[in-house]
Amino acid sequence: MRFSVGVHGLRARMSRRSFLKGTSAATAGLAALETALTPAGAAAADDPQVFGPEPVSITLRVNGAARTVAVEPCATLAEVLRGPLNLTGTKIACNRGSCSACTVLLDGVPVASCSMLALDVGERAITTIEGLANGDVLHPVQAAFIEHDALQCGFCTPGMVLSSAALLERNPQPTAEDVKAAISGHVCRCGTYPHVVDAVLAAAQARRG
Amino acid sequence: MAMNRFEWASARTAAEGAASGATTVADAMLPVPGGPPGQAVVLKAGGIDLLDLMKEGLLAPRRLVDLRAIAGLDAIAQESDGGLRIGALASLQQVAEHPLIADRARALAEAAGGSASPQIRHVATIGGNLLQRPRCWYFRSIAHRCLRKGGGKCFAVHGENQYHAIFANEVCAVVHPSTAATALVALGARIEIVNAGGDVRRPLLDEFFVAPETDVQRENDLKEGEVVTAVLLPAPAAATTSAHMRQSDKQAFDWPIADVAVVLERDADGRCSKASVVLGAAAPVPRRARATEEMLVGEMIDEKLAREAGHAALEASTPLARNHYKQPIFAALVARVLLRAAGQG
Ligand SMILES: Cc1cc2nc3c(=O)[nH]c(=O)nc-3n(C[C@H](O)[C@H](O)[C@H](O)COP(=O)(O)OP(=O)(O)OC[C@H]3O[C@@H](n4cnc5c(N)ncnc54)[C@H](O)[C@@H]3O)c2cc1C
Ligand code: SF4
Ligand code: FES
Ligand code: FES
Repeated sequence: MRFSVGVHGLRARMSRRSFLKGTSAATAGLAALETALTPAGAAAADDPQVFGPEPVSITLRVNGAARTVAVEPCATLAEVLRGPLNLTGTKIACNRGSCSACTVLLDGVPVASCSMLALDVGERAITTIEGLANGDVLHPVQAAFIEHDALQCGFCTPGMVLSSAALLERNPQPTAEDVKAAISGHVCRCGTYPHVVDAVLAAAQARRG
Repeated sequence: MAMNRFEWASARTAAEGAASGATTVADAMLPVPGGPPGQAVVLKAGGIDLLDLMKEGLLAPRRLVDLRAIAGLDAIAQESDGGLRIGALASLQQVAEHPLIADRARALAEAAGGSASPQIRHVATIGGNLLQRPRCWYFRSIAHRCLRKGGGKCFAVHGENQYHAIFANEVCAVVHPSTAATALVALGARIEIVNAGGDVRRPLLDEFFVAPETDVQRENDLKEGEVVTAVLLPAPAAATTSAHMRQSDKQAFDWPIADVAVVLERDADGRCSKASVVLGAAAPVPRRARATEEMLVGEMIDEKLAREAGHAALEASTPLARNHYKQPIFAALVARVLLRAAGQG
């Protein structure tokens, strides 16, 4: 069987959101309540589909390519990236959401891939560390990490780089405090934090040209 | 350990979630931690706490019912009576950044924004946050079948209790794990809950939480077949201000060792007419500091009063062998948050 995870739900949710944009805040609240309270029978003729526990085939958008993989519902995104997709730049350290080594971007937003099921990703675009460079041209954050000696063992580095790249997308001129906040979830056993801050500030400069 | 294998279903409406046969997470916990998977159906939002429980072997459901596809359940909006409606699926990041919340309920924005890491805040929902299970390390350990897991004793009372409760800790000494709850209780929030029949109830969050004396195996009054749809904030009185601050072991992203929310109403000449002071990470449920609240009414808030208020907040505290250190932290934090809420900090 082949299906795109939660596609129906996600589409409905997205169009509802764009619909809500055009309405006043007060109506939006009511609309949300109505939706939330629609009785099951009225809203859906068919029962919700159940998948698993056997693997289901899903298509993930990873680093710009559509990748179809068979995953068990209990597989985390980190496991699917490192296993069947062979993208081992994403690291698993604590596996509990508390070190951020496994950070990837979903539609540009950093998440802990060890603490998310692969089925949860849906249509969101995944960026892993392998997808950050433009061919052979490093992302400015990657180049600055090398320049500023911002890594030692490198285990936290893919996540640090992705969080930093996401920061520069939404805030091209961050302060040192902004950088610290953006990397606040990352644990670096080697203590590279000050060099990471220097590197990200330099990357911001470099991007502005 | 690896998570058990389970099925996945996606609910399209809250009622569908309620009718999915889902039980509460408290009822779904494995009778024997690490034992064979159970038959439970469990609701899932961001999944952060669920995955944690499953990886530890404390929970092994047959099926997860994902709520994330329910349209509109992440909306944050003003209601016609001036109150705020925060959809249960709104992420902690959305709550922290929403202009209406920053404007009307700064304590909540600060509590949500200071919780966990950016990575977790982007995924964790406010509904799931209020329903997450406690962090007591004996509770989270497969090797300790304590009272809260249906066993015969509390390992924390005479054990490693540095992160445990300093109030109301006789039966079970967990602290409530939700930081947002500290602010929400201070703000007088209600929680909106629906069942499969379409009945809606909206208890005060304060009354929704359950103390160990009432039932040591659950932290709240959610019933089987119920779905949380929203958190509701009452319209604030004209001159209401609020603040929340936390003290952590590390600088960021772990659960706080102490946190405090203050909501103040003041009359025209600046005197406090009403105060809510709530301590988080202090007791099994968010702890109202009643003595402090009472001594503030009718007064002008200044540093001296704030310091006295901080000490009053410790009234009835019964620290355990390893958590006396929390007392001065709470006293100082109450004073600081009070001054901050009053615009002086
Ligand atoms: C490193 C780290 C640091 C953290 N620091 C903090 C912190 O400082 N402060 C803090 O408060 N939290 C902290 N957390 C906890 C985190 O915020 C919670 O685990 C998260 O908010 C849970 O939300 P969720 O949407 O992922 O819930 P889920 O894991 O999906 O669900 C949690 C529970 O709620 C139930 N549920 C969820 N939504 C509904 C609904 N709408 N209706 C009925 N039942 C529902 C589920 O069945 C489950 O039992 C931290 C977590 C990590 C990993
Ligand atoms: S404090 Fe509560 S959860 Fe922790 S060991 Fe004691 S009974 Fe169990
Ligand atoms: S490995 Fe995911 S947060 Fe540590
Ligand atoms: S470089 Fe070694 S953990 Fe950060």
